[in-house]
Amino acid sequence: MTEPVRIGDHAFANLRYIRDAMERATAFTSIPGVGGVIIGVSAIVTAFVAQPLRGDRWLEAWLIDAVFAAVVAFALMARKASRAGVTLRSPAARRFFVSYFAPIAAAALMTIAVVRAGDHALLPALWLLSYGASFIASGAFSIRVVPLMGICFMMLGIAALFIPFGNILLAAGFGGLHIVFGFIIARNYGG
Amino acid sequence: MAARAQRNTAAADESRVVEKRTIPDFDRKIHERTRLAIMSALAVNDKLTFVELRDIVQTTDGNISVHARKLEDAGYLTMKKYFVGRIPRTEYQMTPAGRRAFEKYIAHMEALVKTNKK
Repeated sequence: MTEPVRIGDHAFANLRYIRDAMERATAFTSIPGVGGVIIGVSAIVTAFVAQPLRGDRWLEAWLIDAVFAAVVAFALMARKASRAGVTLRSPAARRFFVSYFAPIAAAALMTIAVVRAGDHALLPALWLLSYGASFIASGAFSIRVVPLMGICFMMLGIAALFIPFGNILLAAGFGGLHIVFGFIIARNYGG
Repeated sequence: MAARAQRNTAAADESRVVEKRTIPDFDRKIHERTRLAIMSALAVNDKLTFVELRDIVQTTDGNISVHARKLEDAGYLTMKKYFVGRIPRTEYQMTPAGRRAFEKYIAHMEALVKTNKK
């Protein structure tokens, strides 16, 4: 091998090293893929249970599922982070959580308003759109599939605005998308 | 892990020899691995505490101290010590001179990759 090629290779390796360090400094990668699959399965079960229900009973079923999902997500996220030797309080993690929870907090408040107005049919679109927005925003500080998952959720949310199968679209999103992306993340990003 | 570190050191030694002959204006204050990682981390974070920096760079306390001090001496970063309650905290921030030097270093590397592509 000639000398100039070696310098070029070394410079390239150096640039990659810089990129990796920057990524570690900005990206929060402890997204639990296995958690996504579990959450997805529970959402599909919830969709079956909630299908014949109406109004507040239907809402309760999905709220119980949301609490379960949050607990699973947090527990498996903490496990993945501790395995990788990173903390959930790094600057990258903080940025991720702020951009993740802002749209979710807005959706929670809007849920109260929508339920007060008695218009439960709007909830699937609200939840899918907000959850998608939260992944598009937080995905800027995480692995690349996260914003892609957000876009898919938002597309289902748009569909939910126009077709009257909200419960099924919730199953497709919180069930199907979580399982598919959970699987992709678990396989390619270490669990 | 140890084998990898050894390989890295070997590669770095080799490159130093090459660089000395061909690249006289190379910024050695940044080039060292730990210092390069510190600069990279501070390039994308306004401020980082000692602990945050150590976790990102994935090295020992001593290593961070030594190399951060060298970068501080070069005027590439500033260090601030203060107390949160009774706990002392050290915070690092990149200076404008540090940013310029880092950008110059990256431009240099990119130029090397480009000219040696063929």
